[in-house]
Amino acid sequence: VAFTTEKEELRGQERRNERRLDYLAGVASFKAVLLEGLEVVFIVIALAAGRGVRLPLSAAAFAACALVALGGVLLHRPLTRVPENALKFAVGAMLSAFGLFWTSEGFGVHWPGADLAILAFIALFLGTGLACCALLNRRTSAAKTAS
Amino acid sequence: MTNLIVSLRELAGLFVEDGALALAITVVVVVAGIVAAVAPALSWLSGVILVCGCLGVLIGNVATARRN
Repeated sequence: VAFTTEKEELRGQERRNERRLDYLAGVASFKAVLLEGLEVVFIVIALAAGRGVRLPLSAAAFAACALVALGGVLLHRPLTRVPENALKFAVGAMLSAFGLFWTSEGFGVHWPGADLAILAFIALFLGTGLACCALLNRRTSAAKTAS
Repeated sequence: MTNLIVSLRELAGLFVEDGALALAITVVVVVAGIVAAVAPALSWLSGVILVCGCLGVLIGNVATARRN
């Protein structure tokens, strides 16, 4: 729903002012980069807090950023062929699993298998999401057949 | 002024795409946090609340989106 809303909004802006397409693309990219950048900053601060490893973690974050930028430059053509929604779905499941794990660690929860529990959470979120999608598709098909 | 409001909305939209979903997740985290603070010996209960709560919120959100 969010993806469709955002797409329609951008299409509307495109229709209203076609000459400013580059500006719109720049703003959309800037928003994405700002959000991901803030996430990296929060993660580095959270992991480095009280451990005195802020500098190495910051360097690692910069190195990861450079690596991702290089990957983007080298692989931008094949990357455009990756289904966007599938990519978002996978990333969403991973982020949810990491968030759940770190939040529970903050509350003093110790999961069986320690960090390996993250893999179980990813599987859990992926499974639940896929089950929801399958259920929705089945209901939509049934509704179409009935009408 | 309008541009400022639009900019602020855009900025908030970066973090909150779906207000109801964000609120529900916040409630789950707060409840788990309260349980962890009140009964540190039952920290596993916080984990159960987080896992079941997040999955429940996800399913509820999908069901609501389907209805709308």
